[in-house]
Parts: sequence; structure tokens; C-alpha cells
Amino acid sequence: MKRIEAVNDFVIKFANVNGTGSASANNMFAKALFRMGLPVSPKNIFPSNIQGLPTWFEVRVNEKGFLGRRGGIDMMVCMNPQSMAKDIKELESGGYFLYDSSKPLDLRLLRSDITFIGIPLRDLCRREFSDPRQQQLFRNVVYVGALAALLDIEFDVLTGLVADQFQGKEKLITSNVRALELGYHYAAENIDCPLGIRVERRDAVGDAILIDGNTASALGAIYGGASVAAWYPITPSTSVVDGFDKYCKRLRIDPASGNKNYAIVQAEDELAAIGMVIGASWNGARAFTATSGPGISLMSEFLGLAYFAEIPCVLINVQRAGPSTGMPTRTQQSDVMACAYASHGDTKHVLLFPATAQECFSMTAEAFDLAEELQTPVIVMSDLDLGMNDSMSPPLSWDDQREYRRGKVYSGEQLEAMSERFGRYLDTDGDGIPYRTYPGAHPEKGAFFTRGTSRDEYAVYTEDSAQYELNMQRLLKKWQTASAKVPCAEVCNASGAADVGVIYYGTSHEAAREAVDSLSRAGIAVDTLRLKAFPFDDGVVAFIDSHKQLFIIEQNRDAQMRSLIVNECLVSPRRLVPILNYGGMPITARQIESDICRHLDENKVQPLRAAKETV
Amino acid sequence: MTYLRPSFRHPEQPINELGFTRKDYEGALSTLCAGCGHDSISAAIVQACFELSIAPHKVAKLSGIGCSSKTPTYFLGNSHGFNSVHGRMPSVATGANLANRDLIYVGVSGDGDSASIGMGQFTHAVRRNVNMMYVVENNGCYGLTKGQDSATADVGSASKKGEPNPFEAIDLASIALQLGASFVARSFSGDREQLVPLIKAAISHRGFAFIDVISPCVTFNNNPASTKGYEYVRDHLAATGTVDYVPFKQEISTSYAEGESKAVTLHDGSVVQLRKADPELDLNSRRSALRLIKDYRAKEQILTGLLYMDEDSQDLHEIIGTSKTPLQALTEAELCPGQKVLDKLNDSLR
Repeated sequence: MKRIEAVNDFVIKFANVNGTGSASANNMFAKALFRMGLPVSPKNIFPSNIQGLPTWFEVRVNEKGFLGRRGGIDMMVCMNPQSMAKDIKELESGGYFLYDSSKPLDLRLLRSDITFIGIPLRDLCRREFSDPRQQQLFRNVVYVGALAALLDIEFDVLTGLVADQFQGKEKLITSNVRALELGYHYAAENIDCPLGIRVERRDAVGDAILIDGNTASALGAIYGGASVAAWYPITPSTSVVDGFDKYCKRLRIDPASGNKNYAIVQAEDELAAIGMVIGASWNGARAFTATSGPGISLMSEFLGLAYFAEIPCVLINVQRAGPSTGMPTRTQQSDVMACAYASHGDTKHVLLFPATAQECFSMTAEAFDLAEELQTPVIVMSDLDLGMNDSMSPPLSWDDQREYRRGKVYSGEQLEAMSERFGRYLDTDGDGIPYRTYPGAHPEKGAFFTRGTSRDEYAVYTEDSAQYELNMQRLLKKWQTASAKVPCAEVCNASGAADVGVIYYGTSHEAAREAVDSLSRAGIAVDTLRLKAFPFDDGVVAFIDSHKQLFIIEQNRDAQMRSLIVNECLVSPRRLVPILNYGGMPITARQIESDICRHLDENKVQPLRAAKETV
Repeated sequence: MTYLRPSFRHPEQPINELGFTRKDYEGALSTLCAGCGHDSISAAIVQACFELSIAPHKVAKLSGIGCSSKTPTYFLGNSHGFNSVHGRMPSVATGANLANRDLIYVGVSGDGDSASIGMGQFTHAVRRNVNMMYVVENNGCYGLTKGQDSATADVGSASKKGEPNPFEAIDLASIALQLGASFVARSFSGDREQLVPLIKAAISHRGFAFIDVISPCVTFNNNPASTKGYEYVRDHLAATGTVDYVPFKQEISTSYAEGESKAVTLHDGSVVQLRKADPELDLNSRRSALRLIKDYRAKEQILTGLLYMDEDSQDLHEIIGTSKTPLQALTEAELCPGQKVLDKLNDSLR
């Protein structure tokens, strides 16, 4: 048997039962590697359930800093008999399988090409801890201790993490360290350590932080000046508002009175949540909601109102696998079309596509500026993978000189100085964006009636076709203005001239980056374009026009972004070859690479002469 | 309806404390049917706001969709208005209120808007005790789509089409009482003397003030077989008593006999004086109000007037502890914690 040998470059997966406390132990494992200076990307693969069903945790270590899913598993830590058969099958040839040997292994499951490592976790814990709950919980910590010996993890780093996590709770620190030692000693004494895969300290993370996208979005909302959050609980977006609540309690309490400089309302449903956001934004506060696909469906009617009545609002859509309830704890990028054209009638909405936790922070903050400048909804298109998993990210930063861009709002003084009649929907500046006023701004001037019905430039109800068309045309002009304000797509050119162009967005970023790197080392030069926003800027069409062979990477079945590009940029769909992943797990670098290669091979036209020569 | 509004006004028309005339509280010309009960309610709102000397721009008017929801265009033309989507005014009003607690919120809705499509939002605005006046202009039918029965139509009541309604009616006042509304009243669009003081009290009340106003639809539901027509309502009215609203600082001049009347001082210092017609009514008891509504209903009478109030209730802002400064007036310095805080946060995430 050829065992997998690798230093600082492998994938380890933990198979657990949910509700057994495994998540915190697995996180400790990932963070220990991070503190050893190694780039890690942990991914929690959990069921829509509270207790008893299989749950997995996949950690990739990669010294070069590729953080997407690679594909394939080199080591499995199996704590769940329910999923064991499947878990064994999934392992790469030459891989390692760690299991609880307190019970004998089912011999039918044995594979000759992998190394089985048995550690009697249950028995070790039974001997050490008397409380049954502790016996259960510490089993997870014991295997982390064993992994320290098996993979050469610095033990001090683990004890340091325990000390940080349980600061001030000496009893817990002692028992956790004891559990780590149990596993470490058992492995060191009974198994040939380290394994073929192991880690070594490096300085490859710099000043990076480990943060999940939802927490980053919550902080983005705080820094972006949001003071009203209305929401309805839905996986995987709930932790956005949880984070907003947690950090507001620290950062937004008025020191003198103890009162809150923010309001959070858990609404009765998503319709009410977006209604509250629209009401608050209309009244001059920065407000947002966080939701996922089903919530977007419910919010659609209100999104049409906000588009047509021109009310800013910010939505954070943490996408999950649809349609309907779909796979609520799995990831997808499948709300692209639903969000781009949400609501009946002719509507279009500004979308932002963060690819990293840092962008969840910066784009959420930016969304408030854009929404107010453009007086329209802005949807931040995160997803479960980005939102709920910790990822390595550059530190969050904020320019203290930056000022909020509140858009065109006439103040009471400006209204006072006005001699002409205020027209809420007058295109005064020729950019399609009119001026608004907040209620209460001026005793006699600036009041208007906001409505979802057609109206003239002075917000007076009308059923006149010409007035209606004028307004709809102005909204299109505003859309043009928006395309110059939203973040431009990011182009990354290969060193030489490349015929192949790859378009992607959001969380396909890391896997795409790695696949392109791998392709270039195989002699295939690839240029990339990462979409950051809808509407598309001119660079998108330019990129498409300048490449012969184009691929678009998406995490949905129907290549929704391709449809959007085809529709908005008048590009032939034949020009964009979709590379799709929609099983609910984040896309892997291996899939992207092999799909691109397969397509290029299939379409390779050999010159006749060359073909004859090979005969 | 009339298409022309005379611009002529009496040269010596009265002005209120702020120097405004009644005209300053009027809105655009109504486009509802001639004789529509809703127009009387708009007029009552105009009168109440004028007499209360409210600065018109400090009011925000909100509505959903339907005939009733059109009416905010027809009063308080110098106030911002928001005609939102069908049944969703409560959420928009809640959000608006969260952003700026210093404005006065007037919500106008209908029985279709609040008892059917918007029932969920209505009930949750009630239980959050959003500080607003919420008026339902209740005509038992969908006027704008030509007279279908609504969920408040009584069993057996028939609209112009003649089919008796087979379903049980929803009584919004009873529901509001059960869900914890801190001010509940019922009135009739044809009884301005009762309605105006109720509106004044509702506006002055801190918390969710609900008024169910029976407002006949003259076009589709004003026939003899309807229990929401002018004739039926006039014949079956009973009142909890006579309501007087006495603004803060104004001496109470009305004198009632002991035991018959009850004076309630509102949060802003104004006083609601109720001269009770039914000695059974206990203004601070939900149970009493619910029982009386049922008792009168059993007698085929519609009980109007002030039904319940809790003058000490806490509104949404007080419940969740938001700042006294309106959230929309917070400065960037108060909202954004800055890079230094972020540095510390970054450290905690390594």
C-alpha cells in the first residue's frame, strides 16, 4: 500500500453526530493549525436538525494558501457509526481512517488501500470522567489530542487555545487539557507517529484573521451605519443578525443613558421584515434585513415597491440550496435570477457578490452607501459556505476619514431656500436619480406621497401613459448610473496571451483561483474575470469579446449568471460554457480543472497534417 | 364627488395655537364615491389635527391598498404619506416608527387590508404596541374591486349583489383587545361628534391606538340587507358613553355627576373624559370590554365609543430600550466605531 505523504497539504474530514459538541473541538483543531502559521479552510457540513443526525467537518490545510475545496479526503476521523460505510468509501487511496476502537470495526468495511487507526475513545473517557455528559463531550477533545500526536501539531498551541476559550474557568481548562493529554499519550504510545501526512510550523498566514462571512457582514452593517435591523429567522442567515446583536451590545450602547443606538425586531415573517426595513429607510435610518432564498421569494412584492417608489434598503441574502425548502443547510448560488429581477413588472436590482469574509464586511458597508445614493434595494449575495464557515481573511479595515454617502436628500434648510416646487421624481441632475426628503424635514415644503402606483414627477397619482413611460425610462437611466457606481469586475490576466477566459463570482473564487494556477502550470494560459456586482460594468463585455473560449463557473443547475449575462450584455449563450456544481457542497478546484480540460480536449481540432504524422 | 374645490375661504377663518387654519390640514380632493363614509373620517382627522394644533409636517400618514388606503391623500397635504402594499402598512409603520420616534404616525387601513391579507401584520403591530393611531375604515366589503364580502361582514349580511354572507365575521376590536392593544375604540363615520374626540385621544395616547370605524360603502354595501349600511348602523348603535378630549393645559370645564364619569390622564398630560352610558364598563379592563362587545352584539347592537385604554403602557421603543434620540438622527460618530475598535476585534479573531 502506498500511503499518502504530505506536509502542510492535505484534507481531513471529521464525521460526527450532531448535537454531541463536536463543532467546538473541530474548530479548535482548525484554529490550532492556523496558529501554527498554516492557511486552513474549515467547512461545516451540517444537517437541518438539532440532534442525532450525521454531520461533517472538512478541514483543508494548504501551505500555498489555496482555501477552496480541493476535492478528495486524505484522512477521516469517524465518530459516527451511522455514516461509517460511506465515510470509508470516500477516502482517497492511501488515506488514513481514525475510528473509535472501543467497539470492533465491521470487517466487511475494511479496505486494503487505507490505514486504519483505532483509538478507544469511549473507553478512555469512561475511565477518566464520571459524568456521562462529559464522557460524551470530551471524546471529541480526546481525538483532537490524538491528532496532535498523529499530525505533529504543537501541543502548546492546543493548550493555549483551551486557555483562551475558557478564560477564567479554571476547572474547564484543566479538564479539557486532561482530555487532550489522554488522546495525545495514547496515540504517541500505541501508534507510529507522525503519519505520512503531517504539519510543520510556517509563517504563511501573516496578519490574517479567522472569521465567518455572516459575522463580517454584521460588522459591515454596524460600520456602515445601520441602526434598524428587521429579520425573520432562517438558516443560513440567522447568524448575521445574531452577530449584529452581539456587536451592537458592545459598540452601540449610549454611554450616558445605557439606551440602544440601534433597534432589532424579529418580525412575524419575511414580508414584515422587509416592510420594516423599507419604512425605516423611508424615514431616514439605514436599515437592513438578512435572509435566504425562501425569504427572498416572500420579500419580492416589497422589493418591487422599493424599486418603483425608490426607497433604499439593504438585504443580505445568504443563499442556500433551493428550490423551495431545498437543502436548507447546503450551499448554492441559485438566487441570482430571483434577486436580479425580483418582483412583478419590469424590475432590476443591484446585487453585490462578495467572495471572501473581508468582502462580506466591505460590501455590506458599501451596500448602504449604494442603496442611499441610488435610492433602490441593494442585495448582498453571500452564501452558506461563505456565511457560516470560518475562513482565513485579511484583517478587517475601515478608513476613519470615510464619510457615509447618504445620497440626494434635501435638508430643511435646502427646502427653505427653494423657490421652485419640490418634485420628488424630477430628474434634476440628469442621472436618473431624483431628490428625496425625510418626513418632518420642513413645515411647508418637501412633503410628498410615496406610493407603488404610477405617479408624475411631483409624486401625484396619474394613469397617464406618457408620465408612466417617462418614469420607467428615468429608472433605466438610473440603472445606467448604477453600473458606473457599483464595484467593477476584477480581471486577472495570465502572464502570456490567453485564449481561454474564465468568469466566476462569489465563493467559487478560491477553487477557481487554484484550478487556474494548476492549469497554467500544465501549460494552459487562462485569464479570469470575477464579477463583483450587477449591473455589469463595461469590462464584462470587453472581457467576453477578447476571448475565444469562455467558461463560466457557477454553483447552480441552470447557469443563472450566464442567463443574466446573455440577457443584459446581448452575448450569445454559445459563447459561455458553463461549469456547474449544485450538489450543495462548495465547488472544488479539481472539478473546475477537469471540466475545463475535458471541454478543451473534446473541442481540440487537430490540424490534418499533424494528425497524419501521428499515425 | 365634486371635481372642483373652491379656493375661497372665509377671510376670518379660525386659526389654531400654531397659527394654522383648517385648510392647512386638508389634502387633495377625494376621488371616492359621493357619500362615502371614508370622506367623513378624513374630515374628522382634519378637524382633530387642527384642533390639537399638531404641526402637519410632524405627522406621517401610512396606508395599505384599497379605498380606505387611498384616503391619506385627502387629508394632511403637508405631511409625508406612504401608500404601501396590500395588507403591509403595519410593518412599514413599525419600521418608520423605529427610525424616528418623534413623529406622529397615522395609519389608515380597511377591513380587507387589515382583517384578511394583512391580518398577520395587524396582529403583530398590536402586540408590539407600536406608538401610532391605527384606523380601520370598516365597510364589510371590498369596494375597489366592486363589492365582494370582506372578513368583517356579518353572517347573513348581504351586499348589493344580494347573496347573504355565510361566514363568521372577524371583529378587529375584539382581536385588538385580546392581543394587548393599549387603546381600543369603535365608532361610526356618521357620528363625527364621537369620532373627533376619539381620534384626538388616540393620537395623544402613547402606544397602539386602534379605532374600528364603521364606514358604509354607499355603492356596494348600503342596501337594507347589509349590517354595514347607514340605515342598519344608525338603528343599532349603542355607545359606551360620551367622550370628551381635553388637551393638556386646558381646564376641564365639563362637569359630570359622580360615579357616571371617568377621567383618564394621558401620557402627554391631556385628559380623556368618558361619561359612561353603561355602568358595567370598566375602561381599564379588557375583560369588561370584551364582554360588553359580546353582550351588545347578542342584542344586535353595535357598541361604539372608547372601549379600553391602558394609559401607562410601554410602547415598542420603551420595550426594546432604544435611544431617546431618533435613530435616524444619530450621527456618523455615534454609529461607526472606527478602526481602533476594529484592530481589537481583529486581534480577537487570530
